[in-house]
Amino acid sequence: MAVISLQDVSKTFVVRKRAGRLRRSKVEVRAVDGVSLEVDAGELVGYIGPNGAGKSTTIKMLTGILVPSSGVVRVAGVDPQRKRIELTRRIGVVFGQRSQLWWDLPLRDSFDLLRHVYRVPADRHAANLQSFVEMLDMDEFLQTPVRQLSLGQRMRGELTAALLHDPEILYLDEPTIGLDVVSKARVREFLAAVNAERAVTIVLTTHDLADVERLCTRLVVIDRGQVIEDGTVAEIKNRYAGHRTVVVDLEVPGPPLAVPGAEVVKVDGPRQWLRFSRSETTAAAVVSAVVAQATVIDLSVEDPDIEEVVTRIYTGAGDA
Amino acid sequence: MGELGRKARLYVLLVRARVRADWQYRTPFVLFTVAQFGITFLDFLLIAVIFQRTPHLEGWSLPEVAFLYGTSGVSFFIGDVFISQVERVGMYVKDGRFDSLLVRPMGTLFQLSTEEFAFRRFGKLVQSTIVLVVATASLDVAWTPGRAGMVALMLTTGAVIFSAIWVAGSAITFFAVDSIEVVNSFTYGGNYATQYPIGVFGPWLRRFITLAVPTAFVNYFPALYVLGRSDTLGLPSWSRFASPGVAVVTVLVAMTAWRVGLRHYRSTGS
Repeated sequence: MAVISLQDVSKTFVVRKRAGRLRRSKVEVRAVDGVSLEVDAGELVGYIGPNGAGKSTTIKMLTGILVPSSGVVRVAGVDPQRKRIELTRRIGVVFGQRSQLWWDLPLRDSFDLLRHVYRVPADRHAANLQSFVEMLDMDEFLQTPVRQLSLGQRMRGELTAALLHDPEILYLDEPTIGLDVVSKARVREFLAAVNAERAVTIVLTTHDLADVERLCTRLVVIDRGQVIEDGTVAEIKNRYAGHRTVVVDLEVPGPPLAVPGAEVVKVDGPRQWLRFSRSETTAAAVVSAVVAQATVIDLSVEDPDIEEVVTRIYTGAGDA
Repeated sequence: MGELGRKARLYVLLVRARVRADWQYRTPFVLFTVAQFGITFLDFLLIAVIFQRTPHLEGWSLPEVAFLYGTSGVSFFIGDVFISQVERVGMYVKDGRFDSLLVRPMGTLFQLSTEEFAFRRFGKLVQSTIVLVVATASLDVAWTPGRAGMVALMLTTGAVIFSAIWVAGSAITFFAVDSIEVVNSFTYGGNYATQYPIGVFGPWLRRFITLAVPTAFVNYFPALYVLGRSDTLGLPSWSRFASPGVAVVTVLVAMTAWRVGLRHYRSTGS
């Protein structure tokens, strides 16, 4: 069942530009241009696109911050435009660059205040808090003022703050921005667990494609206000990256191998990279051709990485 | 616990959190509170100096003007303590924090008034209260229940009128983020204008503070009743009892302005 639905949603901003000394001309900017999208309960959707593509504007319409210029938005069966306050109790929001926590107070105090803000029953709140403190290992800094927390610790606090009232949907705008590798991994692990165990539908925007690859069941790509791709990560990779690469470790280093349908793109001592197009040949055929020519110690088949795929999507390269 | 009770409890919790956070920086906290108290006394000193030169101002004695000053101050600073912080909405819009307010299950005015609550503002309220008590005690007035009741009523309606002006003015910042200086000329200006008998002002300003920004209803008209004076403007005597009605109207205007501002923000995001 769709918990989020957008039907032909557009958002137009009027930007005033100077034209001459006093006159100003109005320019209409379509930040979101006819987006239709459905997200089912329990999905974990990565919403990506280049800067200025319309990601944040979409999230703001889904949270009720912005009112769409046209089209219909429904979140948890509610019109965010009219029922903003009702909706806030059913969603959680994390803006990576902004805090929902009380800056000068111990982290613990923010959680206690949020219990009253969202009117969470005390026992429910205590159980949730205990479980999040364990999952995110927050015990040692619960009594530390938020301003003294590291970015990674603060982000764990933000995630907890957004989830204490048992929201059905969690929106995250750049949740891993600025985090180190370990903190990023921890955030991803936590989101996956929240999605699986608590059945929270998650929509996240990010520029970190590792987030998308490790986490998201579905990828929606937006550019210039329009959805240009929508599917599972694997589907989109297949669509955009028609090629794969066979990596072989030979017993002895040698000249580049000649394999029909494949091209050696890199040689590093005994290791060679053979790229082939899926429409022309198969991994099995490439491997058997290699084995016929040389002694192979080890081999692997690589898909193009998500960075490469997304670069192609953004630049409109299409099928390779 | 009813809905109102829950809201009141949440209000207290959030204000307490704010004060506790400010208390982390104790020295400025104490200094500001004392300074605000002191600065407003200098302000009153100015009126006392005027009376060194003349026993009457437009026919008003020092205790009478002090009574105006006190009622204006108490009303104004109740608004200052509890509502004035909504004028910071422009900053919230500028740095994007306003979005964070919109994803919480509380009204934006409620959140701004708790989030930006500043304990130090009590300093001015205390000063005005002292002036009012002293002035009231030295007034040459035959106190009746009606007159005493009017003092309580004018303080309440005055606080409501000033608060409403603050909200309405702050709503303008949704359209022009940097217009807060203009807004302050209405709020602080309204306070200064009500510290003196209205007759000292020229006709244009008189009309302005009676009709456009109705601060004359904060204390001048009801004070005429309390002090048993006649109106130099020659308005009908019912104007002395019009303050509650004026308060209701200003609140309606303020709420509408805020709603329009909020709608503008939600359609433009800036």
